[in-house]
Amino acid sequence: MRHRLVPRHEVLSKEEAEKLLKFYNVTKNEIPRIKKTDPALKDMDVKVGDIIKITRESPTSGVAIYYRVVIEG
Amino acid sequence: MIVRKKICRIEFGLFSSKMIRKLSAAKIYTPNTYDEDGYPIEGGLMDPRLGVIDPGIRCKTCGGRLGECQGHFGHIELVRPVIHVGYAREIYLLLRATCRKCGRLLLSEEELKKYNPENMTKSQFNDIWERAIRVTDSEGSCPYCGEKQIKIKFVRPYSYYEGDDNLLVTDIKERFEKITDDDLKFIGIKVRPEWMILSCIPVLPITARPSITLESSDRSEDDLTHKLVDILRINQRLEENINSGAPQLIIEDLWDLLQYHVATYFDNGITGIPPARHRSGRPLKTIAQRLKGKEGRFRKNLSGKRVNFSARTVIGPDPNISINEVGVPEVIALELTVPEEVNERNIEDLRKCILNGPKKHPGAVNVITSIGRRRILEENKEEIAKNLQYGDIVERHIQDGDIAIFNRQPSLHRISMMCHYVRVLPHNTLRLNTAVCAPYNADFDGDEMNIHIPQSEEAMAEAEILMKVQECIISPRHGKPIIGGRHDHVTGVYLLTKKGVEFTRSEALKLTQGIIKLPKGKDKFTGKEIFQELLPRDFSIEYKGKLCKKCEKCLKERCEIEAYVKIKNGKLLSGIIDAEGMSGKLLEKLFVKYGSDVAREFIDNSTKLAIRVVMKFGFTISADDWKLSEKARKRIDELIEKAKLDVDKLIQEYKSGRLKIIPGKSLEESLEDYAIMDLGNARNLAGKAAEEDVGFNSAVIMAKTGARGSLLNLTQMSAVVGQQAVRGKRIKRGYYGRTLPHFKKGDVSAEANGFVTNSFSTGLTPTEYFFHSMGGRESLVDTAIRTARSGYMQRRLINALQDLKINDDGTVRGDSNVVVQFKYGEDGIDPMKKCYLEIE
Ligand SMILES: [Mg+2]
Ligand SMILES: [Zn+2]
Ligand SMILES: [Zn+2]
Ligand SMILES: [Zn+2]
Repeated sequence: MRHRLVPRHEVLSKEEAEKLLKFYNVTKNEIPRIKKTDPALKDMDVKVGDIIKITRESPTSGVAIYYRVVIEG
Repeated sequence: MIVRKKICRIEFGLFSSKMIRKLSAAKIYTPNTYDEDGYPIEGGLMDPRLGVIDPGIRCKTCGGRLGECQGHFGHIELVRPVIHVGYAREIYLLLRATCRKCGRLLLSEEELKKYNPENMTKSQFNDIWERAIRVTDSEGSCPYCGEKQIKIKFVRPYSYYEGDDNLLVTDIKERFEKITDDDLKFIGIKVRPEWMILSCIPVLPITARPSITLESSDRSEDDLTHKLVDILRINQRLEENINSGAPQLIIEDLWDLLQYHVATYFDNGITGIPPARHRSGRPLKTIAQRLKGKEGRFRKNLSGKRVNFSARTVIGPDPNISINEVGVPEVIALELTVPEEVNERNIEDLRKCILNGPKKHPGAVNVITSIGRRRILEENKEEIAKNLQYGDIVERHIQDGDIAIFNRQPSLHRISMMCHYVRVLPHNTLRLNTAVCAPYNADFDGDEMNIHIPQSEEAMAEAEILMKVQECIISPRHGKPIIGGRHDHVTGVYLLTKKGVEFTRSEALKLTQGIIKLPKGKDKFTGKEIFQELLPRDFSIEYKGKLCKKCEKCLKERCEIEAYVKIKNGKLLSGIIDAEGMSGKLLEKLFVKYGSDVAREFIDNSTKLAIRVVMKFGFTISADDWKLSEKARKRIDELIEKAKLDVDKLIQEYKSGRLKIIPGKSLEESLEDYAIMDLGNARNLAGKAAEEDVGFNSAVIMAKTGARGSLLNLTQMSAVVGQQAVRGKRIKRGYYGRTLPHFKKGDVSAEANGFVTNSFSTGLTPTEYFFHSMGGRESLVDTAIRTARSGYMQRRLINALQDLKINDDGTVRGDSNVVVQFKYGEDGIDPMKKCYLEIE
């Protein structure tokens, strides 16, 4: 989905996801979630358990990066 | 040992009648509580088997004494069953979802086969509920026995009708007993539905509803006891009537009354029924009322508690104590204590405290030795002092230098609670330096504040390092100083540092005595030379002060009005120190470059010096400060007249359709915007004219240096009050087609729509006064509503965010380490520390 009001959502590769979890020393249960049915993921091919990288514009830091794990729903 | 386990779920259930009886220590059957001798009756509500509330008596059930026995439940057998009000809705749903004859779920076997009862989702449950209910609502028939269902009506809070017939609670219970456990699995109900109907009710232990003995030795019972007495009375009457074969109508009336009492026993705030009242007319506080709301168990006793080692009284100002200190009245110092461990360095001091006893100021109240705690009394103080040993702990009065946490409600941000050093002072108020009023939002019109005395070394160290006033000079909100000189302090340094202020050595010494040292061998001092002694020797800064007019080309140190401050190597080369110096850029840089100690010293000393300066020069304002010359008055009148004409012209344009529309607004809105703009500009211009005319008097000095007041205040007092607004628009409301009957209908002129031409000193006309009051009332209401709403929002936010913390890796994490933000505030910057990035 491309729109200026929707921040960029991308799926992390398996390696990237593992690296991320290791970097923050977290499990998938401990990071924020996103429903599989979320409109932002509408035309993306995601599975439950995938990690989504969200790149947003931020008033404080310019660009902010956020991660969410896909859950059932 | 710490057991770390995760709670995966909490399940709430219901007690069956059988369970209630099993848990019961006594069957309660009589409404009488005490016999003639005042002893509790067996089977009454004060039955001794329910626990003990009097000292010296042992519990009949467990043998424990007061404090050992936590009480035991009893039960009341109801003659007729009643609805549990907490489940009235669920009962209604179940009645509709099941067959009135066979009690099966109104969904055929085939349809149910599609679902796996062991693994259902929420939406599947909802699905089944909806479809089953639809059968009854559409008066369809049961797929099992073929019985035609009848519509059911629910009348809040606890009546049910099938068609036109009242459904008796006994009938409901019978129906529910027929529902099979297998069917219940499909609708997510894990208890037997007949448990929602009460055949007996638990009686709370007397420890949960203790009676109090009044001075007159009368007993006063708890509200719950009163309520239970009501239940028992009606229960008894109902039984008598049934046994004597009274007509059904009377029995049903009594039954309904029993239902009412049982319902209000649980919750006395149910809508639709009158609350049960005490003899005095006060509504009874029953179970729900004990828990609910601000005064309930959760908010009153669990989220917040009363504490020891705290004090509260009216506050007063004291410019002579440091910002780090709080003045504590001696009477309070006699009540508050800190534990101090005896060692070789403090033993003599502590001995003196003990010898002073508990009633003389630096005294002590208790001593804790290896044997135990002992109270210090006049009789034993000498002996205790003599036997004092290293390692003993003395609970001594608070003294100068002890740590206190000072707080003013509403505690909206972290700097509403700061750590101060105690300073024991005479008189009865808590005292604080006026430079710390801002973070507490305190003034001295009767405000009260609290102090708390930390009781352990850890707590004291933590408070001192993290919460001390000098560590809070920079606000975490905007990263700029929030503590610092204000009001007269600013006026004072202005008077001191402006051009042409000179002192002889003796005058200068008088001003600075006890604050700063003056350089030796100098006979004359300018004000700037005195001020610069407050600054570190190697301090340099350049900034534009509050006085700056934002000229197009800044003349810097040659600025005519001395708005450009230049400090080099501790010398104030040019510029007047104003609010920007006392609590702005200057202070910020001092804090960042030299740390909190230097910043605190600067605030302490500069404010003291400033106050001496104002006292030496004197500083007054009077009504004359706003008096305008004839010429200026005329000029202002012209400006206003012109603005009014402009508005008239706009109206002409509007009527003839020549008005230019502002994009995104309607024609009318555009007219309003233009009018507000014109009138606003007129006021600004009038203000400028007034400012020029009055010159540089005290009022203007205060406004321009940022000490107090604004140029708008000045304009409104001397030139013109200006447009009044309600809901951000000119005043349009009131009578049909006009704002007040003093105007013609459809008058769109400035005066008729809330423009106040007069100034506060010329005085408002009645219509102007009315418009002004309209605007004033709106802002009053707005603040009232804003505080209520923001208070509620604050509660919700605090409850939601209270256990978030920032980890070492910069992530914000909540309970059990869940990540909330990957980088605090997205940029990982603490606003309180952000000034370190900006300065050098
Ligand atoms: Mg006040
Ligand atoms: Zn007991
Ligand atoms: Zn049936
Ligand atoms: Zn300037």
